[in-house]
Amino acid sequence: MSAHASHAPNRSGLWDWLTTVDHKKIGILYLIAGGIFFLAGGLEAILIRLQLIYPELSIVGARTFNELITMHGTTMIFLAAMPIIFALMNAIVPLQIGARDVAFPFVNALGFWLFFFGGVLLNTSWFLGGAPDAGWTSYATLSLNQYSHMGVDFYVLGLQIAGLGTLIGGINFLVTIINMRAPGMTFMRMPIFTWASFVTSGLILFAFPAITVGLVLLMFDRLFGGNFFNPDAGGNIIIWEHLFWIFGHPEVYILILPTFGIISEVVSTFSKKRLFGYSSMVFATALIGFLGFMVWAHHMFTTGLGAVANTLFGLATMLIAVPTGIKIFNWLLTMWGGQIRFTTANLFAVGFIPTFTIGGMTGIMLAIPPADYQYHDTYFVVAHFHYVIVGGMVFGLFSGLYYWWPKMFGKMMNETIGKWNFWLFFIGFHLTFFPQHFLGLMGMPRRVYTYLAGQGLETGNFISSIGVIGMTLGTILFVVNAIVSARGPKAAADPWDGRTLEWAIPSPPPEYNFAQTPLVRGLDALWVEKMAGNKGMTPAEPLGSIHMPSPSFLPFLMSVGLFVAGYGFMYHVYPVVILGIGFTFACMIARSLKDDPGYHIEPEEIEGKGVKA
Amino acid sequence: MKGWQQYWRQLSLFGLLSLVLTGCGKEELSALRPSGPVAAMQFDLMKLSFLIMIGVFVVVMLIFTYVLIRYRKRPGQQGIPKQVEGNHALEILWTVIPFLLLIVMAVPTVTTGFELHKKYSPEEAVQVKVTAHQYWWEFEYPDLGVATAQDLVIPVDKKVQFVVTSADVKHAFWIPALGGKIDTNPGLENPIWLQADKTGVFYGKCAELCGASHALMDFKVTVMEQADFDNWTAKMKGVQAAEPVAATSAVAKQGEDIFNQSCLGCHAIAGKGGKLGPNLTNFADRERVAGILAHTPENVAEWLKDPQKIKPGNNMPNLNLDDNQVNALVEYMSTLTVEGKK
Repeated sequence: MSAHASHAPNRSGLWDWLTTVDHKKIGILYLIAGGIFFLAGGLEAILIRLQLIYPELSIVGARTFNELITMHGTTMIFLAAMPIIFALMNAIVPLQIGARDVAFPFVNALGFWLFFFGGVLLNTSWFLGGAPDAGWTSYATLSLNQYSHMGVDFYVLGLQIAGLGTLIGGINFLVTIINMRAPGMTFMRMPIFTWASFVTSGLILFAFPAITVGLVLLMFDRLFGGNFFNPDAGGNIIIWEHLFWIFGHPEVYILILPTFGIISEVVSTFSKKRLFGYSSMVFATALIGFLGFMVWAHHMFTTGLGAVANTLFGLATMLIAVPTGIKIFNWLLTMWGGQIRFTTANLFAVGFIPTFTIGGMTGIMLAIPPADYQYHDTYFVVAHFHYVIVGGMVFGLFSGLYYWWPKMFGKMMNETIGKWNFWLFFIGFHLTFFPQHFLGLMGMPRRVYTYLAGQGLETGNFISSIGVIGMTLGTILFVVNAIVSARGPKAAADPWDGRTLEWAIPSPPPEYNFAQTPLVRGLDALWVEKMAGNKGMTPAEPLGSIHMPSPSFLPFLMSVGLFVAGYGFMYHVYPVVILGIGFTFACMIARSLKDDPGYHIEPEEIEGKGVKA
Repeated sequence: MKGWQQYWRQLSLFGLLSLVLTGCGKEELSALRPSGPVAAMQFDLMKLSFLIMIGVFVVVMLIFTYVLIRYRKRPGQQGIPKQVEGNHALEILWTVIPFLLLIVMAVPTVTTGFELHKKYSPEEAVQVKVTAHQYWWEFEYPDLGVATAQDLVIPVDKKVQFVVTSADVKHAFWIPALGGKIDTNPGLENPIWLQADKTGVFYGKCAELCGASHALMDFKVTVMEQADFDNWTAKMKGVQAAEPVAATSAVAKQGEDIFNQSCLGCHAIAGKGGKLGPNLTNFADRERVAGILAHTPENVAEWLKDPQKIKPGNNMPNLNLDDNQVNALVEYMSTLTVEGKK
């Protein structure tokens, strides 16, 4: 082996961010990129509700409307929700298990850049002839060449590239959580957010291949004259629905499980109590993850699978209510007997409970196939999944961001702005989505660019559109708060009286996280030490030289190669395809052949920074 | 404090009441106002599941409210709360009770599920073949030898067995007040049975995103007494067997000529003509123009002048007709009736 470099390569500014393999910086990159896509998706939502505020409007045309709903759904799920989940997983999971980084830092960076360029490719469709317009589910036949324009190609290519990033991100976290836990951190001592991230990563591993297969088949149909989904040539359109939902349903749990983890951490910390029923919480998380793969056909009750299939999938879906109910009651009992502090983070967590309960309730109503024949593809479903994904997941993400912001950035967020943020978003949310339950039952299908006057749908739509104002202002206040926090007070290592390992190290943590790997002596490792009267964690190793991975520009370049190849595919310019994919391969070869032993941080430097484990 | 709470309680009661009163929608359209046994069975399941869920919600909210008020941190509160690991009795309780509630819902789910998937023979039910198109509906009665479009006509108090499919992309066939809903898959056929308990006109919709004018893919369901229905089918059959009725006025004659020249390739009248567009045999009897506009001569003219303006992305080209030709066509089409409406 060649001699190890003993100093961190000196990089700063933009170059540092483009080459970083530090999980904390990658977390921030995920947050910024996901946040920008969230704002784009939000803007699309505003236009959707503006178009629907009164009947028979034509603020945006029919085709543009379909582009807006397609991009709103696709952006929010793949480019906003998933990356912000990954932002928190990156920023927090290694800290919670006492690790210095993830298992594969290089792959971690590659995962981010693939997602980023996939998302950019998808969004360039707006400027290159129109965005995809076949819905975020892009059901064949509407997504076939005969019935849609080129926008759908952007969906097919963009999601393949971004999905690759998500898949390797998921694998990375599985390996990290299995292999890199600090001494004493057994599986049943892991913080519940780490547990949830673990199960979510497993779901990603098994769910994303299904959509990748679907996207590849659709790509063959669209770009190379395949007939997998073309009924005129013997294809079958139902295959796409199965592949999409075998991915699509676990995807819902991929999004919501980490949120459950966040809520559990926040409720526990701000009640000053350990999580009630930790083991049943872990069990419920794993069970939801497992059942999540058994129920995909409940999205297809009206497809015509027949009574037997529909009934079985319906009953399986109802079962999910049991572990979910366990979670709700565990949160309530965690707060029971505690000392509840209503910080912004906890307001979002507390607001999550009734909102998510409503989303779960309509979920059970939807699981009854004969009743679902009425709900299916109506605004009732739109209301249901926004209660779960916004009222559930987005509330949880806000909660997590307010909770871990000091750890991620070393600055406190403003609590007054935070409370305005919560109340505006909370009220706006319910105003927007509660009436939509009734609109659906009153006969309003989803994905309609307008509705006729005199069908009794005016009032509900008007209220729904007004509610958007609250959600918009709430989101703007979050952005304001983020900017203001840069000049805000510096955060202490443990501003909330936390219980888990991430609060044992400075805010923001140094690049090596833990100067000495901590010894974990129980669930809520830091709380155990606090109760034992210790100032911090007990180290599990002497102070020594810390091995760090080198930064690299290759993940960025590899993603650029696939990004370029994507356009080559779409415009049928095959030299560009070869160039792009060849470039990515060249980068992979360079990575494989170059001996990169990383570098070391010596104890003197650590001492110099005054950091103790 | 007390007065404030009272006010709040009244307000929420009012809110609930107004939602219940206005929240059921129009009788012709709403799934909450069922007008047939299928919709009624589905509504019963909705009510059952809703009541159970409301029960669960109330329990959750009572504990939630109590906890938030009772256990909020008070100023100056010191000490560390008891760190509770869990409680087996409670945990078993809230695992078993939801399970029992699910069983209560599961039983009618299974029975109704199989009930709704029965398939009825021609002796038991009127048979209708539905073919969805971008963006209109084709209805054929194979046993009666009748074909129509956009306005589905069915007898009251009699089961109707539909077989649905699509000629282009996937759509979904939905008549909320009579029951819902089934996808129309190109290349495949799906059965669904429905029944209306009262006469009248109900609204039907496409429920699956099918392209630009998905929102405008409405149809109407006219429910008649059995005698009226028999009468209607006899007339439709009579017209379809015979040659089209000759136009009466000179303007209508001119319209007929234009129609035969420009429209017949896609639109059939009385069994003669193409099937690419809606059958127009009883056009003048229809509730709506293109499924959405009020049936007035002005709207027919409006459609003929620029079909894309009204339903973007539909398959009818702009024929670039001048005003005279449009008026002639409108006049001619107003004679296309089997019920003698106009």
